[in-house]
Amino acid sequence: MRIALFITCFNDTMFPGTGRAVVTVLERLGHTVDFPQEQTCCGQMHFNTGYRPDAVPLVSRFARTFAEYDAVVTPSASCAGMVRDNHPVLAEQYGHTELQWQVAEVVPRVHEFTEFLTDVLGVTDVGARFPHRVTYHPTCHSLRGLRLGDRPLQLLSGVKDIELVDLPAADACCGFGGTFAVKNAETSAAMLADKTDGVLSTGAEVLCAADNSCLMHIGGGLSRQGSPVRTMHLAEILAATEGAAR
Amino acid sequence: MSNPGDRGVVWLGSPSFPDAAREALKNTQLRANLRRATSTIRDKRLAVASELDDWEALRESAAAIKKRTSRHLDRYLVQLEQSVTAAGGTVHWAADAAEANRIVTDLVRATGEQEVVKVKSMVTQEIGLNEHLAEAGITAYETDLAELIVQLGDDRPSHILVPAIHRNRTEIRDLFTARMGEWGQPAPDGLGDDPAELAEAARLHLREKFLTAKVAVSGANFAMADTGTVVVVESEGNGRMCLTLPQTLITVMGIEKVVPTWSDLEVFLQLLPRSSTGERMNPYTSTWTGTTDGDGPQDFHLVLLDNGRSDTLADTVGRQALACIRCSACLNVCPVFERTGGHAYGSVYPGPIGAVLTPQLVGVDGDIKSGAALLPFASTLCGACYDACPVKINIPEVLAHLRAEVVEAKRTSERLPTAEAVAMKAAARVLDSPQLLAAAQKAASLGGRALARRGRIGRLPGPLHGWSDTRDTPAPPAESFRTWWRKNKEGER
Repeated sequence: MRIALFITCFNDTMFPGTGRAVVTVLERLGHTVDFPQEQTCCGQMHFNTGYRPDAVPLVSRFARTFAEYDAVVTPSASCAGMVRDNHPVLAEQYGHTELQWQVAEVVPRVHEFTEFLTDVLGVTDVGARFPHRVTYHPTCHSLRGLRLGDRPLQLLSGVKDIELVDLPAADACCGFGGTFAVKNAETSAAMLADKTDGVLSTGAEVLCAADNSCLMHIGGGLSRQGSPVRTMHLAEILAATEGAAR
Repeated sequence: MSNPGDRGVVWLGSPSFPDAAREALKNTQLRANLRRATSTIRDKRLAVASELDDWEALRESAAAIKKRTSRHLDRYLVQLEQSVTAAGGTVHWAADAAEANRIVTDLVRATGEQEVVKVKSMVTQEIGLNEHLAEAGITAYETDLAELIVQLGDDRPSHILVPAIHRNRTEIRDLFTARMGEWGQPAPDGLGDDPAELAEAARLHLREKFLTAKVAVSGANFAMADTGTVVVVESEGNGRMCLTLPQTLITVMGIEKVVPTWSDLEVFLQLLPRSSTGERMNPYTSTWTGTTDGDGPQDFHLVLLDNGRSDTLADTVGRQALACIRCSACLNVCPVFERTGGHAYGSVYPGPIGAVLTPQLVGVDGDIKSGAALLPFASTLCGACYDACPVKINIPEVLAHLRAEVVEAKRTSERLPTAEAVAMKAAARVLDSPQLLAAAQKAASLGGRALARRGRIGRLPGPLHGWSDTRDTPAPPAESFRTWWRKNKEGER
């Protein structure tokens, strides 16, 4: 199976450790991962902010870049959702027939990271050890967009020595919403405050999720409050082998 | 067709959503009231919806019926008119709010009455009927408990189903004591804030109106084209009083409320009470077909209102908003509504459904200062509304669609591109080139780390202050993923 990593522009720039973690986990499971350098961005920011025509070249670039691969794995539920739900919309609205075909070809092969592990590779134990108290926030795009369900929790449960604690009101949006956090900053901050209260009430050392964007927002709030709670993409927990014999 | 800018969907013109929300967020009492009320209804709704094995199939059916109806709306509306007329009613067509208000005012005047009792109705609020009647010297009495609270307080409804959700019972007691006497029977002396006591005070106050009113005005939840039967679904029985006791009944109904047949009602009457109040069945469902000799109102008028609905129907993505049955499940699950309340939306239709309906009814290209163009952005696109919607309106899809329309309307109407459009264009250029992206990453890393203290970027000036006022931002790492890959992995491949 030819596997490509779609790192996403945001992780590429801000959270390269998440990409390294994905590579670590997949290699540990015996797979080879490729990183096609022509990749950039899925166009989610442009699409969600209303600048659809600006996103079309990115749709085309995505389809071209990943055309050769059997699986495209991405550590972002929201970018996976963008590709799956909205690339076909953009291709139909603005693209020629060829682009529609290219998009239709590539979309079924795009998988969010946890989905890829559980559904395609069929694993829930990836050989990780992470002896810490962890809570998991199901981001809106993982929960209601991709319908990941408890896949992330199945994977986290397979981690050795992890102490998983439930996050209260876990399914509530954290208030990030991309440009929403800037356009409606106060409302976003009010939602964030409730989310950070929930996180703190768990006594967890680490908050994890399948989207670094939401984590940056929640982590930014926690950091401003002086909280020591760390935020980590769940791929980084799955990559961890703290103190484990290898 | 009327010009969208001239349509009355009261009361746009208040501050824009972000400004109104900022003010609302300062009101901690409001937030506490909203949180308590929405979470209670939310839990009840989930409990009763999960009782039905075929909930998802019901949602599919409802969406399919609404879709079919909207495709053939012209035919069903004419059929409805024929059925109502044959049953002894009179049908009037109103292209916009002004025409509907004129029709209703003329009908009330023709009776010689100066007072009407009202059944809770969204559409009469949409057109500002009460205010219009007042100008004509006619007093409209709201008879739904929550609408009474709103009316006594010279207030605006903040929720479709629970218009006084922003008030707690102490505020309501004070309002009853202070204002009921001005509108009719005063509140009993020493009124407490126990809910049963408050309801009894309202009952006594309203009974006087029910027994004297000669004219009633209602909206409609559904109207069946095949029989001409109109349906009102309610909880308090005030609607039943208004729909049966007066001589004259005037019903104003949006044209999207028609359903083809009686058997379609079965689907909606399972979905609506469960989605709105979290009840298996609502206490009162009133249906009437034209007029019946010696039973109920002898004069029945049905006013069919367009007011932007035909324009909405023309939008292949946006038209799904017309399927709304006004249950307000989307409001109760919306994290934005829970914080800001309904007033911030500047429309009788608040919350997620308001954010997709209001801009379509009034148009996004008209008056930018009206604020309708900002409503599609009042969402994180979290999707909770879509999951809760009993007729499966994909609200996030419509929101994203309307955002694109707003951006396009600005592009064509303004001489210079907005700062945001320039930034988006520049970002698109960088993101369509791995080389430019790598250069931008290097610059962001250097700049970001220069700004950071101990790996964190604190408060920032300029347009990003809204973000940075409450959140730190991690400093970008020294090395992007693609750089790391090139250095460490490229050779292996």
